[in-house]
Formats: sequence, C-alpha cells, structure tokens
Amino acid sequence: MTTRRYMRQAMTILALTLVRCAFAYADSGQSAVLQAYLRPPTVPAPADNVPNAARIELGKALFFDPRLSGSNWISCATCHNPALGWSDALPTGIGHNGKQLSRATPTILNTAYLPVLMWDGRSGSLEDQALGPVESADEMHQDPDVLVGKLASIPGYRTLFERAYPGQGISKATIAKAIASFERTIVSGEAPFDRWVQGQSDAISASAKRGFELFTNEANCVACHSGFNFTDGSFHNIGVIDPGPADNGRFAVKPLKAMRGAFKTPTLRDIALTAPYMRNGIYRTLEEVVEHYVRGGDVRENLSAEIHPLNLSAQDKRDLVEFMLTLTAAPVSVQLPVLPSGVTAELPRGPHLAGLSSPASTRRNP
Amino acid sequence: MKRSHTAACLAMLLTQTVIADAPKEHLVNQKAKQFTVTALNAKVGDTVTFKNEDDVSHNIFSLSDAQTFDLGTYGAGQARSLKLESPGAIEVECAVHPNMKMQITVSQ
Repeated sequence: MTTRRYMRQAMTILALTLVRCAFAYADSGQSAVLQAYLRPPTVPAPADNVPNAARIELGKALFFDPRLSGSNWISCATCHNPALGWSDALPTGIGHNGKQLSRATPTILNTAYLPVLMWDGRSGSLEDQALGPVESADEMHQDPDVLVGKLASIPGYRTLFERAYPGQGISKATIAKAIASFERTIVSGEAPFDRWVQGQSDAISASAKRGFELFTNEANCVACHSGFNFTDGSFHNIGVIDPGPADNGRFAVKPLKAMRGAFKTPTLRDIALTAPYMRNGIYRTLEEVVEHYVRGGDVRENLSAEIHPLNLSAQDKRDLVEFMLTLTAAPVSVQLPVLPSGVTAELPRGPHLAGLSSPASTRRNP
Repeated sequence: MKRSHTAACLAMLLTQTVIADAPKEHLVNQKAKQFTVTALNAKVGDTVTFKNEDDVSHNIFSLSDAQTFDLGTYGAGQARSLKLESPGAIEVECAVHPNMKMQITVSQ
C-alpha cells in the first residue's frame, strides 16, 4: 500500500514535471520569437551626420517651412503631417499646383531603420532622399540651388546652419543632412504589443494574441513584415490593382522581371493612424487589407512567390486586425517650431498666380 | 631509368597544373536574409551556386559591368548556379532583399 502510494506520488510528480517542462519549452520558444521584435538599442545614423540638438532643431524648422517649396506654401509636413501619422490620410498625395500624385504618401515614422527609401527604393539614405520631393516638379517644385539662396537670405537660417554645421555653410548637402537628422527623431512610441513583448501578459487581448500567431505562422505576414519595424525593407508585387496605368514600381530602379510591379514593404507601426493603405491607398480599412491577402492578391501577373490565397475564418481575420491595432502607440503631440522670420528673396509664387502650372512629368512619386 | 623518372615528374607536374587550373565550384548560401559569404575570389570558368536556406524566396542578380545576370526567383531549399564569364568585380544582390549584398572578384 505504502509502495503503491509512493509510486502514485512519483507518477504525479513526474507528470507535473513534464507539464512544467512543456510550458517552459513553449515559453522559451515564444520568448525567442518575441526577441526579434525588441526595439534596437540605437537609432542608426551615418558617421558624417550624427544628430545633435542643433541639427535636429534646424531640420525641424526646414521640415515645417513651406518656403522650401517653389510655391512657398508646401512644406514636407504638408504631406507628412504629424497629426495624421506623418502621412496625409489621402489615397495618393497632392503636390504642386494641386497635382494628384500617383502614389500614397508613406509615413516617415521609423524611416531611420530602413535600408532604402521611397516606395520604389530609389534612395539609399535619408540624406539622399531629403531633397527628392523638394526638387520634384510634381511635388514641391523647388530648384534646390535656388533654395540655397532663399535660405541664405534669411538671417535666422544663417545662424541655425552655422550652429548645426559649423563652417559648412548653407548648401544642398547641409539642408539634406539637417532634414535627415530631424527625421531620425521620428520613431514609434511604445505600443501595447511592445509591453506584451516585455512580459506584460495582459497588454494585448486574447484575440490579438491569436492574431499574432496567425501573423507569424499560417498567414505568414512575417515573411516580409518582420522585426521591430514590422518590415524587412523587401520588395514584392502583391497584386494590387492600379485604377490607372500600371505602376511598375521597383522595376524602374532595378530592371529585373521580379521587380515589375514590386514595391517596398511598409512598416506596420502606428498602422491605425496611416489609412488608407497600400502604395496607392486603394484600401480604406485594415479589414480590406486582410481580405486582399486572403484572396492572394488581385493582379496575378508577376505576383510575388510569397503571395497565395489564405484559408482564414472570419474570426481569424478579426484576430489579425486586432493584432495589427496593437502596433499603434499612444499619440504624441508635436510642437510646431517657430520659423526664422523673413521674406524670401524670391517672389511668392502661389499656385493662384498664372503661368505656374506643373510641367508635364511622367516621374513617379513619392 | 633516370629518363623515365624525369618523365614521371613532368607528367605529375602537368597533372597538378591541370588540376590547379580546373574550374572550381563555389557555394554561397542565403540564410537569415543574408549571404553566408560576402567576398569571394574566383576565376573565369568557375561556377558559383547560390542556395536558398531561408523559408522565403530570393532573387539573386547583378547589374555589374563585369557580368550581368538575373537568376530569377527561387524558393526555400532551391539553388541557382552562375558560370563566371569574364574578369572583374561583380556586385551581387538580392532583388527582393536590398540589404543582401556580396562581391565576387573574378580573375583570369
């Protein structure tokens, strides 16, 4: 009897130990998966443009200053509006003289972490990208050489540039460096998902947790939307319909078959703030986005190998959306800078003035 | 006896030379969205095989002056081979993952 009791106790202990081991294994497995989503310890910056307070202050002024445009009324922040998730809540951007652009305005949130910039990846750094929209005839319509003279005519800017880049003067390079320095400060805040990753088990709902499982396994969104920034910067043709002429995307930069119609994978951080979605703003809600992937895309020509129809239940779809919503941090108020005063040497050229319509351009943007 | 020994030595030297100049096979894997080799020295006529050890597809290409090629998209566990045709520096990239870069230095 005593032996039998000991045996029973031993079996119970063994069973409990096995259960604990199983849970520990599961925890360590999930913990290893979650490690991939931890915030990087530093925001990357090039050695020749390490951000400091003076550079960020100057960059912020430039970013919000409409005098950076040819018309003197479009700033970077006109499209990359901090109150709208650093985007514009429009399907596609609106540029110089009210021109409807062909691509959505991407958020500039977390661009510091990206290997290449723009939907087609044509810029290799924030410094390289910063003046692209400024000099685009369709966007800010500003000759960058003229811009240098404009800024030099404003005493307050002369002081700001000297503080930020002593002895380097006002040039296209220092303008771009300053804007890039400010953009490196625009990083996502702590979202409910981050608190869950750090161990707060009730930071996200059961539905969101199921959504994360789908995201990383069956739906395999993580094949491209991976890591802290929920993008690996990869290029894919995901079969989005173009209402107008087909947009070849990355193919213009890398003329390879697989790149025809391919675009850069966007971040999912603060995704609740950046509707509408996709590179041409074709979907108004995350539910519509999920349905797109369930269909396996709509345009099958040159479709990415990662895109195929998904067999998801209605609950699965709700869980995926619920998970994505946990990637949005609490909104942060952004204080507008006081810009250096001064009328530019250039005559104001509002679009209401005659003779300033945009020249015809086939260039894609942004 | 001495003559035959000299002939044997010459034959061996010739064989070694032929072996040394025989085209080689090089293996470059893609793992964790990176190349496992970032710099490779090779010779014209050698073959480089790119094997995908990831669970996502890759598309290896180069638009270098020394040699332009597009190996197309291929999935997990698959491989594509490239014969090196001319000397020079070949910058190799993945079209899908712009972070993936390596260089092959090809000599005659």
